[in-house]
Amino acid sequence: MKNLKLLLAGTVAALAFAGSAAHAERGTDGDLKILFWQAVSTMNPYLSGGTKEVYASSMVIEPLARYDEKGELVPTLVTEIPTVQNGGVAKDLMSMTWKIKPGVKWSDGTPFTADDVIFTWKYCIAPDGGCAQAAQYEGVKSVEAPTPDTIKITFTEPKPYPYSAFVGAQSPVIQKKQFENCVGAKAPGCTSANFGPIGTGPFVVKEFKPNDVITLTANTNYRDAAKPAFASVTLKGGGDAASAARAVLETGEYDYAWNMQVEPEILAKMVAAGKGKLETAFGTQVERINLNHYNADPALGAKRSTKEAGPHPSLSDPAVRRALSLAIDRSIIVEAGYGAAGKATCNIVPAPAAVASTKNDSWCLKQDIAAANKLLDDAGWKKGPDGIRAKNGVKLSFLYATSTNSVRQATQELVKDMWSQIGVAAELRNASASVFFGGDPASPDTFQKFYADVEMYTNNFDGTDPEKYLAEWLCDKVPGPANGWQGQNIPRYCNPAYDKLVGELSKTAELDKRATLAKQLNDMLTEEGAHIPLVHRGSVSSHSLKLAGVKMNAWDSELWNVADWSRAK
Amino acid sequence: MFTYTLRRLLFAIPTLLIISFVIFALLDLAPNDPTGDLPLTIPPEVREQIRASLGLDQPFFFRYLYWLQQFFINEPLNIFERLTGWQIGDGDRMRVLSWATRSPVVDLIVQRLPQTLWVVGLAYLFGVLIAIPIGVISAYKQYSIFDQVGTFLAMVGYSVPTFFTGVLMIVIFSSYLQWFPSVYDTNLVITDFSSFLQQVKQMALPVTVLALFNASQITRFVRASMLDNLHQDYVRTARAKGVKEKAVLLVHVLRNSLIPVVTVIALGVPTIFSGAIITEQIFRVNGLGQLLITAVQGADIPLVQTLTFIFAVLIVLFNLIADVLYGILDPRIRYD
Repeated sequence: MKNLKLLLAGTVAALAFAGSAAHAERGTDGDLKILFWQAVSTMNPYLSGGTKEVYASSMVIEPLARYDEKGELVPTLVTEIPTVQNGGVAKDLMSMTWKIKPGVKWSDGTPFTADDVIFTWKYCIAPDGGCAQAAQYEGVKSVEAPTPDTIKITFTEPKPYPYSAFVGAQSPVIQKKQFENCVGAKAPGCTSANFGPIGTGPFVVKEFKPNDVITLTANTNYRDAAKPAFASVTLKGGGDAASAARAVLETGEYDYAWNMQVEPEILAKMVAAGKGKLETAFGTQVERINLNHYNADPALGAKRSTKEAGPHPSLSDPAVRRALSLAIDRSIIVEAGYGAAGKATCNIVPAPAAVASTKNDSWCLKQDIAAANKLLDDAGWKKGPDGIRAKNGVKLSFLYATSTNSVRQATQELVKDMWSQIGVAAELRNASASVFFGGDPASPDTFQKFYADVEMYTNNFDGTDPEKYLAEWLCDKVPGPANGWQGQNIPRYCNPAYDKLVGELSKTAELDKRATLAKQLNDMLTEEGAHIPLVHRGSVSSHSLKLAGVKMNAWDSELWNVADWSRAK
Repeated sequence: MFTYTLRRLLFAIPTLLIISFVIFALLDLAPNDPTGDLPLTIPPEVREQIRASLGLDQPFFFRYLYWLQQFFINEPLNIFERLTGWQIGDGDRMRVLSWATRSPVVDLIVQRLPQTLWVVGLAYLFGVLIAIPIGVISAYKQYSIFDQVGTFLAMVGYSVPTFFTGVLMIVIFSSYLQWFPSVYDTNLVITDFSSFLQQVKQMALPVTVLALFNASQITRFVRASMLDNLHQDYVRTARAKGVKEKAVLLVHVLRNSLIPVVTVIALGVPTIFSGAIITEQIFRVNGLGQLLITAVQGADIPLVQTLTFIFAVLIVLFNLIADVLYGILDPRIRYD
């Protein structure tokens, strides 16, 4: 069996070699033109956690290992992925060791060493630096170099899933020499370093015009002498998603455009022009409706949506929560607002396949108005003269909040209509995204404050391991005045059994058992109605038919394999 | 006249200080946040650290004074140093830094000025050049076919928004005919005739959209002002004296009619600098307008504050220029 695998791997490698032989020379394919309708502000992802900055910088600076399009870890600057089996991860799960590939050079020609990796960690955890990726280094006690080409990461407590620091586009390695005097409060002042980091990636920044255009050229010191095929990259920013799609699919001025948040029927028309195609990749993004477990009555003033307000008068009834989910036809929402970029889901952890549960699909994926009505009838919610159900003077009438976005407002309308069929009324409200997600404790409209009965938005987790994500629904993560509204348990769900299971997950190392636990946790949230998962959202990008080698990736930067891109012959 | 100008300039100082405070207070009260655009995978503790590193944990008044110091002392000193090459003090002064890019705001503005002046400025110039002859002829031949058509086009140009005409132009001339690019290349350097041609091509659509909009506004002013003057007694006198019709129209009437038009044009100049937010966004000209709108969306307060304040300075300044021009053009008006 092992031999067969080896043989197969050999064949694949030979095929790949034959495939690349046609353009096995660096810089022969001219200029690659990429369009990001949200312009890139900086090339230092540690100073800005925005997706656009992370993606753009991934062409220049690289992590030790990254995720491929299937969500599997592949080594970039190291020889292999450390695991317990190969001895790279300590048996007690307290440390891991990476081994640097020999001969890797920075784009300025100096050797890439373990010192740079150690420096990167120190740079991000420096006080007053405001490092946007600090979470990637959470639980790291120390980073050391036992030998010049090995890196040992020691954790503060056992880490069953240790792949976070220096893994993925969010935590690339930066050069010590360049950033040495830019640590902590001095970080923002190093404009030229932040705009033009020296990296190990396939391209080098030639000119950076913030929020406008970046010009990059092929890295002459890139570790693969035959790559990249393109001599330069122009990454233009600005405008809107629809016109970006047009520039690739209709006018053919650009080779690649990121994030096509455009109505499905408009995109379909553009694709019909025959100049480009769409690529979709599904990561872990789920659009969900959170159900407030605390009372959000405005009459309660500052107490609303906190523990002092008490349980929600109607949403605390499990029958109501289940009925709200049953009444929704997810396929219509997908069809109207997402097209190929969405799939109906009942999971909050929809991917990767190993941890995606199917347990609740049978009752939850299908709209069932009759069952929802029966559930409410049995629970004693009776329809009043206005068609709205009520019990003991409490009406099933909800304030439904979300951020301002045409797809979200259309979804709100659809859901409102579906709920009206089971005698539930909804008042729709939306707030600008920068306010809704802004987290300003003084603003009543943030999603953390949740001054509404139900609210809708998308969230996801980085990488492929959901442990940290599932820990967001712990009882002590409920936002409130005590923690400055800074918790992530937005629905204010609290179940000691759930907390216990999360504790178990954080101690389990075997992947199979972890997957089983993650599925259990996910099912618990759906069954108990912490929220109503609606749509598993994919990322959609478009590229010209003249561009080859694009492998859309939802687990890492979309430009993760830009070194392999070439001009289609 | 000189004392008047001086007095107005002195008055401008408290006015501008109040404006800067009002802008700062408004931005501070606005409920958006610089970490609002970040992915939700970035946890709240990290967001708090980011806010602190931007200085948002400081009290409001302190931040305002700090901005005043950065903008009125540090930045001018920096420009002075750069122009003269001298160094004052240790040269290590905190400049006004944008939160999104973490780079000096003034550098961003300097980088954006060329494309804005080229596209929006040229559109303004063309707008004026188109508007005056059309306005003159429309007024001279009032209710003629030319006037009717001109008035109709001006109304259309004035009432149809640029986000519609811009996209329409792209669909026709970029997507369908493929004559002009739909994306403006800010990296293009004019070195020879072909790159010049390319620059003309990429400017054609945004300049046309904006010039039409500007022309339709100004042409209404010209026409109205001409009509006012055409019925004045001095016109009849000139004609009675036997002055040629061409001279009556172009020397007497036009010159007098242009007095209010010149002030309108002068008052419009600051809008060139504030850029054309929508048109720049549609064609990705990425000038000052686009800079401002992305800063507003990303709650990049130092950038919004500095840009809007510079616009305020320009508006105050061009108001003064318009008033002074009025005095120069019309000898009947005296301020002293």
